Amino acid sequence: MLRRALRLGLGRGPLSRGLGTHRGDSTLDQNGKLSEIKKKIQSVLPGGAWNPLYNTSHLPPEHSDVVIVGGGVIGLSVAYWLKRLEKRRGAIRVLVVERDHTYSRASTVLSVGGIRQQFSVPENIQLSLFSIEFLRNINEYLAVVDDPPLDIQFNPAGYLLLASEKGAAVMESNVKVQRQEGAKVCLMSPEQLRNKFPWINTEGVALASYGMEHEGWFDPWCLLQGLRRKVQSMGVLFCHGEVTRFVSSSSHAVTTSGEEVTLKRIHEVHVKRDHSLEYQPVECAIVINAAGAWSGQIAELAGVGKGPPGTLQGTRLPVELRKRYVYFWHCPQGPGLETPFVIDASGAYFRREGLGNNYLGGCSPTEEEEPDPGNLEVDHDFFQNKVWPPLAQRVPAFETLKVRNAWAGYYDYNTFDQNGVVGPHPLVVNMYFATGFSGHGLQQAPAVGRAVAEMVLDGHFQTINLSPFLFNRFYLGVKVQEHNII
Amino acid sequence: MAASGARLHLVTPVWNRSTRGIRGLSRAVGPEGSQKKGRSLLQFLADRFYDVQALREYLLRKQVLTVHQKNRFQGKEWIRSNARGHFPLDFVTFQAVPVEAVDASGCAINYQGLDSLLALKELQSLWLQRCPHVDDWCLSRLHPLANSLQELSLAGCPRISERGLACLHHLQNLRRLDISDLPAVSNPGLTQILVEEMLPSCEVLGADWAQGLKSGPEEQSRDTASPIPA
Repeated sequence: MLRRALRLGLGRGPLSRGLGTHRGDSTLDQNGKLSEIKKKIQSVLPGGAWNPLYNTSHLPPEHSDVVIVGGGVIGLSVAYWLKRLEKRRGAIRVLVVERDHTYSRASTVLSVGGIRQQFSVPENIQLSLFSIEFLRNINEYLAVVDDPPLDIQFNPAGYLLLASEKGAAVMESNVKVQRQEGAKVCLMSPEQLRNKFPWINTEGVALASYGMEHEGWFDPWCLLQGLRRKVQSMGVLFCHGEVTRFVSSSSHAVTTSGEEVTLKRIHEVHVKRDHSLEYQPVECAIVINAAGAWSGQIAELAGVGKGPPGTLQGTRLPVELRKRYVYFWHCPQGPGLETPFVIDASGAYFRREGLGNNYLGGCSPTEEEEPDPGNLEVDHDFFQNKVWPPLAQRVPAFETLKVRNAWAGYYDYNTFDQNGVVGPHPLVVNMYFATGFSGHGLQQAPAVGRAVAEMVLDGHFQTINLSPFLFNRFYLGVKVQEHNII
Repeated sequence: MAASGARLHLVTPVWNRSTRGIRGLSRAVGPEGSQKKGRSLLQFLADRFYDVQALREYLLRKQVLTVHQKNRFQGKEWIRSNARGHFPLDFVTFQAVPVEAVDASGCAINYQGLDSLLALKELQSLWLQRCPHVDDWCLSRLHPLANSLQELSLAGCPRISERGLACLHHLQNLRRLDISDLPAVSNPGLTQILVEEMLPSCEVLGADWAQGLKSGPEEQSRDTASPIPA
């Protein structure tokens, strides 16, 4: 009886072909189509291969209010503050998408873990001050019922920045700004430096600034796990996958000066599973780009920067991967327990690690010597040629040392002005950025998370005004240059 | 035995060759130059009877305890609260007098609470023994007292680790530092050595250097013969 119905259906030959050409069907002959349809019907009947109900628990949900691309410390901090500042409990559904579930290449866990207030931009100082207050009270912010308290192993040893003759005036004005914002920093002359730290060779040092309180280093892995645990307890969903596509709609608008602009709105995020072709389109209202060093690629997927250069449409997100090395060495006669995080005028830095005369350190390469960021291989010659000589000149005890270990990590380097990008994009209206911190993202993460959450929930910054860090500055050419970048 | 203007010297009994037997101990204890008649009778009795000696030592210890559980103003006595927790009324007359020593042992003082202590610019002696909320962050706040602080005691605080002890190097006038019995310090012997190197003119009381070291197998028989030094 079924076969008769099929033949009847196919019998409306001219009509069906007419309909078929309307739809643009393939030119299968009638026999091929018949066998296809037969196969489909056979699979639908019990015993067939088609199963409309299958397990999708490994895929992200189909709808989510906010999708955060990137599950590092910035992304988790944004998720935490979104759930904490929402007006009603459970009002916002948040999904965090992270493609590297072991965090093997994440900047957060490969970082040296320092936190300081010695910046030149006031907003950076305020971000850092809030973050240190967050870290001090971390067990009140991130407490989870029945879980043990967190110990981030904070070393309150302070930062010591050294300046040569040319940088001394800039350092003085920076310290004035820092003190105005509430940081506890003191200036030291070379003689005072020699009295306090007898292991320093002050040749070439004109001025030093030393942070007395609220500065030091801590364990970033502990902060990451603490945030992850708390955020999961607040109901944020995690997805192990990669964002491959944004589906957006555009609308045209005309500005007051008569220019045409295209406003885009992202409707769906396609999240693809690792080592698989399976993907899930997640319908969302807001996308937060916290992908760290890979934020530039995510922004390109969303259409940021696709346009004629020199226009707002053609302004790309200038965040790139930059590889940085960290070396771990042992020096038996090295400086003792009081060693702060020392940053030399040449850019080389080091800090104490543990009680066994071990030290961590490195140096940022100049633009010409930038290593290839394709992999995380360590270049040991860089230590011999660029890191060791300035450190051995500054601390004579470092002339005999033995490198025990080394690793490399990425900076989400903002090539424009080495400061973060926070806030919405003017044209892709529902994409918010929280990236580009160029090496000081970890220490600003709690405060940046709060600022982005305020922007998303209230539409403007409430506690710390980060309007200088909006995306617009790349188009307008207004640089917020941070001088104290290592 | 009232503590008058003369300072009370504390001499702990020293077990050396000059004290022959337990009776010799009482000769080593006690203030020098005490020639009063009442004192020598007590001394005589203490030499003869263990009970009197024990009573004398008990009274001495009690007086030491009462002396130290107070705040001491410059040139004055210690001021302590009475059993109800109230301070004597003449406390308010001392507003202009600088505070010299504070004993906050066992108090629940925390990071914010240190605000009141940091305002004391002439503080010489600070005791924070067994305070449950004093941690590394609190120690990083003590640097404003660097000019005057000479004695600091942190014995028995459960949250202090070697990372907080590293920021004590601001206190260059410190002469006595007590870091014994800190359970959160991972390596007490090594920490003691590093703190002594960090503060060369300070006497650091705390863990023994040999604590945490394991003796080798060939030395174990020798160790059981001699008494372990305290």
